[in-house]
Amino acid sequence: MSVRAPEARFETPPSTGKKASKGAPNLLGGALFPPFLLFLAALLVFSGLVALSIGAVSIPLAQVWQIVLRHLTPGGEKSTLVQDRIIWTFRAPRVVLAMVAGAGLSVAGTALQALVRNPLADSYILGVNQGASLGAVAVLVLGSSALGGIGLSTAAFIGAMVALALVFLLGQRSGRSNPTRLILAGVAIGHLLSAATSYLVIHANTQALAGVLFWLLGSFAGAKWSQLPIPTAVVLATTGWLILQRRGLNALLMGDESASALGVNLYRFRVRLLVACALVSGTIISVAGSIGFVGLMIPHIARMLVGADHRRVLPVAALLGASYLVWVDLAARTLERPSELPIGIFTALLGAPFFLWLMRRRDCQGVAV
Amino acid sequence: MRVHLEGVQVRIDSATIVEDIDLVAEPGQMLGLVGPNGSGKSTILRSIYRSIRPSMGVVHLDDDDVWRLSAKESAQRSAVVAQEAPAEFDLTVTEVVAMGRTPHKRILERDSLEDARIVADGLARVEMAEFSHRSFATLSGGEKQRVLVARALAQQSRVLILDEATNHLDIHAQLGLMELVHGLGVTVIAALHDLNLAASYCDAVCLVNRGAVVAVGSVSEVMTPERLAEVFGVRAHCGVHPITGRPLLTFGPLEQSPSLIPTNSHTPDHRLLTTKERSR
Repeated sequence: MSVRAPEARFETPPSTGKKASKGAPNLLGGALFPPFLLFLAALLVFSGLVALSIGAVSIPLAQVWQIVLRHLTPGGEKSTLVQDRIIWTFRAPRVVLAMVAGAGLSVAGTALQALVRNPLADSYILGVNQGASLGAVAVLVLGSSALGGIGLSTAAFIGAMVALALVFLLGQRSGRSNPTRLILAGVAIGHLLSAATSYLVIHANTQALAGVLFWLLGSFAGAKWSQLPIPTAVVLATTGWLILQRRGLNALLMGDESASALGVNLYRFRVRLLVACALVSGTIISVAGSIGFVGLMIPHIARMLVGADHRRVLPVAALLGASYLVWVDLAARTLERPSELPIGIFTALLGAPFFLWLMRRRDCQGVAV
Repeated sequence: MRVHLEGVQVRIDSATIVEDIDLVAEPGQMLGLVGPNGSGKSTILRSIYRSIRPSMGVVHLDDDDVWRLSAKESAQRSAVVAQEAPAEFDLTVTEVVAMGRTPHKRILERDSLEDARIVADGLARVEMAEFSHRSFATLSGGEKQRVLVARALAQQSRVLILDEATNHLDIHAQLGLMELVHGLGVTVIAALHDLNLAASYCDAVCLVNRGAVVAVGSVSEVMTPERLAEVFGVRAHCGVHPITGRPLLTFGPLEQSPSLIPTNSHTPDHRLLTTKERSR
């Protein structure tokens, strides 16, 4: 049985006796937290470098490091090496997009789980993914010209936002919303939109079908630098904003009455959280397709590691999610070389066993998840 | 801090939940709110801590209208301990109590040593200091409620609202919670199901039925057998607590269940009758 290190910033008496140490929720929530966060940041950098070096052409890590440094130094001389092109033009945008998507989906999942006070929530539960899918599939099946010439990403984003607006309008009554009603509205709208997507898919020709399937399972293939600024900005801004709202998010965990009594303007806060989460998910889905599992599981893993306080969960979830999708994407593009697999297959294939192991291990320690 | 409700009405959609609520809790007083299920006790309390906005009337905390304060300002004045806290998420006791500092912090402000002292002090006052690193979810019902009182203390509010906070607690934990709250010296407004808890600890009680106030005043003024018969449909007897000397209520069987009244008992039957029936 592990005794949790006393929290550095709180001058509470050190835990004494059996009672106090029993059920200490996590090892990394206390004084070990800052080093742990540094470790996760280092892990992210390392993951990125490994992912850059592996591919059809293997490039040694040292050379990868040099090439990355050269590009990050302002005014550095440009290299004409083939390796430089492979890394900077083809692999780097992909790795960065994986990081951005992983961080964004994890952070949005964390916030949504607090918002609806349900550990099973992610962007699927609000119908955001299904809305985006319908938009994207409509473009893939019917063709862009049938939809007024809008592109795939735009259609997906519009789909996500329309779904959210519907869920929100139907999930409230006379200016009040409660978590259960939001979930029910989200699930119903999600199914409705999925049905529409299925209808389109049935009528698709075989050529379009492969594209649809790929999109529905998510992929970072074909990521370009030019696609990155918007998702990156949205994810960074939302993550920052959510970390600032950590007290409000914590208050939500203890129930609506509690949150009101702690001075949280419940209705306004919910609306803002919903919009922020839908914006992040919608933006990511519109460039990378519908990626499941990450937004659901990474927040749990983060909570198991550092406890439920959002001050710690949010940064940990962001870093963990970013590293995780880098590895998942690496698996998706290398395991069946030269062909690519959608990452949706691997997010769960790699993540679920690990998650189950972690969950069972915690159960053995007699701690509520 | 004085709490004063003036003509409060709450409507949800088109249904009127409570109406014409006039109520005063004097500073340092413990006011009990009693009434049947669904009588509107919780709704009245929620209008005080800004969880549900009255459609008419005003809630004053001292001289200010609660609903004209910001959510934060109001939370600096009143704190809540509700029936049962959800614990799906794994927070430590210290983290739960530290939430009490929420209304006192600006958005970029970090928790200071002063906050840590206030949190530790709150836990010490409810005698839960050695539980500070425990997971909140693993505590017993009574321990959880004590922690939530500590959170209210950390909130440093001068009004404490208990919304059936003693439900689901065993008798020791119930008495412990009431005594703890009674000794805090803040204004307490408590919705209570157990009429004897109200009789034992409250300075004043307010009897609510069907969204309206039936009576307000001291325990013996309000909880008369006639009123309890009318509001709860029970036969009550008002006695005196042998130790504390405070009013003590005992309840007779409902009229539908005569099987509970022993036929050849030595207990004089009139004790179980209401005064009205006795006078016949």
